Amino acid sequence: MKIAVCVKQVPEGTKRIDRATMRLDRSGEGALNAFDAHAVEEALRVKDAAGGGEIVLVSMGPAKAADALRKALAMGADRSVLVTDDAAAGADLVGTSRVLAAVLEREQADLVLFGQQAADADGAVLWSAVAERLRTPVISQVAELTVADGKARGKRQTEFGYDVIEAPLPAVVAVSDAINEPRYPSLKGIMGAKSKPQETLTLADLGVEAGAKTEVLALSDPPPRGDTTKIEDDGNAAAQIVEFLAEKRLL
Amino acid sequence: MSTLVFLEHHDGEIQKGALGVLAKAAQLGDASGVVVGSGVRSLTEQAGKYGASNLFVADDAALDAPLPQPRVDVLASLVRDHGFDTVLFAASVLAADVAAGLAARLDAGLNWDLADLTEQDGRLVGKRPALGDSVVVDVGWGDGPKLALFRSGTFDPVETGRSAQVVDATVQLEEHSKAATMIEQAHAESEGPNLEEADVIVAGGRGLGGPENFTLVEQLAKALGGAVGATRAVVDAGWYPYSTQIGQTGKTVAPKLYVACGISGAIQHKVGMQSSGTIVAINKDPNAPIFEFADFGVVGDIHQIVPKLTELVRERRG
Repeated sequence: MKIAVCVKQVPEGTKRIDRATMRLDRSGEGALNAFDAHAVEEALRVKDAAGGGEIVLVSMGPAKAADALRKALAMGADRSVLVTDDAAAGADLVGTSRVLAAVLEREQADLVLFGQQAADADGAVLWSAVAERLRTPVISQVAELTVADGKARGKRQTEFGYDVIEAPLPAVVAVSDAINEPRYPSLKGIMGAKSKPQETLTLADLGVEAGAKTEVLALSDPPPRGDTTKIEDDGNAAAQIVEFLAEKRLL
Repeated sequence: MSTLVFLEHHDGEIQKGALGVLAKAAQLGDASGVVVGSGVRSLTEQAGKYGASNLFVADDAALDAPLPQPRVDVLASLVRDHGFDTVLFAASVLAADVAAGLAARLDAGLNWDLADLTEQDGRLVGKRPALGDSVVVDVGWGDGPKLALFRSGTFDPVETGRSAQVVDATVQLEEHSKAATMIEQAHAESEGPNLEEADVIVAGGRGLGGPENFTLVEQLAKALGGAVGATRAVVDAGWYPYSTQIGQTGKTVAPKLYVACGISGAIQHKVGMQSSGTIVAINKDPNAPIFEFADFGVVGDIHQIVPKLTELVRERRG
């Protein structure tokens, strides 16, 4: 069983947008996107259940994203591929999916896993674009995953209830953070991660361009909310709430 | 501007959010809608009133299950055959996957999480609140079709009274689009409106003290004709189902009225509900962050206030 896990390095701590470039400030410390840790954990479990295999991490980002990848290696992934290229900065969904799909075409994994969203851009769509480029089936928001007999079966929640969806491998699966509790890397894992293979590629190595079909035009402050009222309950709060709702014509 | 709007449906009803997007698109230019499924022709009647000039119907047994990839095939054909320059979606689990798949298929720009759409100097501009809604980003599109996903509840469905022409859409599915199959669908039995469509949401947090106290929230929701929501903390604690979770890792909602019971207002929760029209918060901690953005805040004991409030609302609404 060969499993690829797409992961992202996101800025650590409070995030800010650089008003000059209108892009997210990525100059500070980076961390493994917490949602992706669930995908790495699930890959480890699927590999165990399959009785062996290989887990390769696939990422695009600045050179220092290698540190975030090392954390996932310390959890137990086997090696990583990082696409890092100045020309890839500012890539959007179209560009990023093209680059990741190019790496995944080389890797030919049986299963490609994603976390449920990027904590920085709040994107939660990349897997579907990557699956389309790879021309493989996709199952998203998976909260329970079984991989057996050449098939992936995912149970997930939607707005209306539960779906159980099955797809033949190779398949792309995006997991929700309800799927598992990611393990903490052991000391042995952390030490071992330093000697695991970490490959770095440029766009030229892959023969693709990143690019973007969307752009940021301007930044502004959100409109302030109107006046707020705060009262202490003196036994009469329920009536005051009703009065407020009636005034707003919400009853 | 010539726009196609994806009209998601469930249980014989087109989603209100999608009709809102259609109404908005009709204001900005020529708008068409597309309904995809099996036995869905009758749904076009519901959609006709919202300003669409054409309603495309892709009706095929192979489209019965709400899976994204066959829908990408249908929408891609429509964009190619009819030259739509814009394709809009009301965000949902299904719509997000359809939109991103279509973006890859067409090599088209997709902006998501938009809270508004305007035309400025002849070009389309989307408004996206970002970083916990602390900044509003104006986004645009490059060449090729423009795709966008809107936050739930962004636009009200406004009836314009026109009737649309119903047109059959081609259904030709790609091999990989047919690979995934729906094995089982278990629809949650829920009383009252669906969370993302509800005009009123009453939500409970850890301040309720225990799962048994969710009945207080449920009763108030029922009295107000609203849906019940929950915070991540109580869902993680197993007090309430994940499908009701509102916030960064759950649903984003924007009802007209949001009543927060025992919710501190952590940023993870805030981003999922702060676009609500009016926010009422009841919490015993006077320093809870929710009071910074609630329109009406009450510092007090929810176990005292909520049952009384429920009773008063019942009286009032008869």
